[in-house]
Amino acid sequence: MRHGKYPFIIGFLVVPVALYCTFVVAAYLQAFQLSFTGWSGFGRITYIGFENFHKLWNDDLFWQSLRHNLFLLILLPVVTVAVALVIAFLLNVGGSSRGGQTRGVRGSKAYRIIFFFPQLLALAIVAVIFQRVFGPDKSGMLNGLFPASWNPWLFLADERWAMTCILIVLIWQAVGFYVVLFSAGMGSIPAEIYEAAALDGASRITLFFRVTIPLLWGTIQVAWVYLGIAAFDAFAVVNIMSVDRGGPNGATSVLSLMIWRNTFEFSQVGYASAIGVVLFFLTLTFAALTLRVTRRESLEA
Amino acid sequence: MTNLTSVPGADVVPTPAAKSAGRKPAVKREVNALTGMAHIGLILWAIATAGPLIWVVLASFKSNTEIFLGKPFALPEHWSFKTYADAWTEAHVGRYFVNSVIVVILSTAGTMVLGSMAAYVLARYRFWGNRFIYYLFVSGLAFPTFMALGPLFYILKGMGLLGTYTGLILVYIAYSLPFTVFFLAAFFKTLPYEIEEAATVDGASHTRKFFQIMMPMARSGLVSITIFNIVGQWNQYLLPLAIITGPGTDNKLLLTQGIAKISVSAGYHAEWSTLFAALTLSILPMIIVYAIFQRQIQAGLTAGAVK
Repeated sequence: MRHGKYPFIIGFLVVPVALYCTFVVAAYLQAFQLSFTGWSGFGRITYIGFENFHKLWNDDLFWQSLRHNLFLLILLPVVTVAVALVIAFLLNVGGSSRGGQTRGVRGSKAYRIIFFFPQLLALAIVAVIFQRVFGPDKSGMLNGLFPASWNPWLFLADERWAMTCILIVLIWQAVGFYVVLFSAGMGSIPAEIYEAAALDGASRITLFFRVTIPLLWGTIQVAWVYLGIAAFDAFAVVNIMSVDRGGPNGATSVLSLMIWRNTFEFSQVGYASAIGVVLFFLTLTFAALTLRVTRRESLEA
Repeated sequence: MTNLTSVPGADVVPTPAAKSAGRKPAVKREVNALTGMAHIGLILWAIATAGPLIWVVLASFKSNTEIFLGKPFALPEHWSFKTYADAWTEAHVGRYFVNSVIVVILSTAGTMVLGSMAAYVLARYRFWGNRFIYYLFVSGLAFPTFMALGPLFYILKGMGLLGTYTGLILVYIAYSLPFTVFFLAAFFKTLPYEIEEAATVDGASHTRKFFQIMMPMARSGLVSITIFNIVGQWNQYLLPLAIITGPGTDNKLLLTQGIAKISVSAGYHAEWSTLFAALTLSILPMIIVYAIFQRQIQAGLTAGAVK
């Protein structure tokens, strides 16, 4: 029976592991290595110690980009989770009650289908659509909807609001996914719990805060981490939608865009790698912090 | 609206709720008000979701002049299909679409074959280095792809794979492996051992057991993760943008890159109608696929988060 076990194991593992090591492991290791060099992408690699990180510390654009990432990091999860939770609750428990049993509103299936669809569109295509939705003249959807007497709103071309527009697009695309995720979670909460609470005279609002949220806490945590990671990316939306890519005047620059431009446009691969290393530690810190801060006694039904 | 949803049955059906009959009217009024508000909220979000998409489709039939008139949701005065001809022939949406389909089919197939092989061995065989390889794969989940961008570009350049689908597909597979292995390994672990042992007694080889016994048993997990990978790879923008570049790649762009490129060139002339036609052409197939497989797609995409 032992016969042929090791040839089989090696045969099954050799290709995936080789591919993974060549394109993923090697690339990540080199990113750490290159962050200590001044490599331009061509020629010799010279080590310069922590100079890249020192330069980063004094780079105003870096701090500006980091602020924008933090803006997304705070608001994207808060708004998306809140909206998705309310919608999922309405879909599942918002309807009338029959015999003390709470149920979803009419047409909840149809709603769920519509809400989820943006998830299937590539963020790049969503960005192209919303660049036009936010168009700064009458050809833009929103400006077209405003009364003719209004001056056109600038949206993305307005330094004060550009980042908010980016945030709105990310929320628009994400909500549907979390509605479905939370709905699945709510579906697994036993109906008896709602019934019992309803018998005790609990209103829907009490049900939402006292029953639904505590029982979904694990799923909410996962959602929070996912959305936080998305907030550290946002490349497609910023690269496609924003004026002057990251503008106007740096108003929408984010770390991922800085990495891209330093790698492919400014020939500063070493510097870009240093930003990448910072991004890695930021993501890791965020995930660890979220899981730690939001830890609760698990409430198993 | 509220009348439709208030169910009179509550008074007739004998239920435990009968106990609270005293407060019934108040509770019911609260529920009706809430149901009404729920519908308003849900309809608003449905409009916010579908509105921009409907607007894109409507605008794709309008002339450029009409688009600039405002009134975004007015029906087009003359339904023009010329924009679609332009999008197809001049802007090459069709070609970008086919490119994306080819790449995603090959890369998802590769991801599933290699991912399930690795996951199976790691989940069900004990050997030296098993845990190390498993954690090597799973640790890939913690790194942002952005970090690897520069080095990845030069690795591909060194291998002469820049601007080729071979390079892009290999990279897609490699970057999809961490999650695929993580998910499938957990799945293979839950499958029963008895059937496998019976097959071993009957003299089935390891390879045969994998293909004829384990793969069919793992079908539901495989379907979920296949959908997850198809959608994820179809929506990729960053990797093709970095890899499909250089001279002679104009015909090789994927849909996401292609649409972004059409958008930029439309912006130079403020000539939006072709862009809207191109967008419609790229959204429409997704709507059709979604209409057919929406249950499986929702389940597949959320499977990863629920574990």
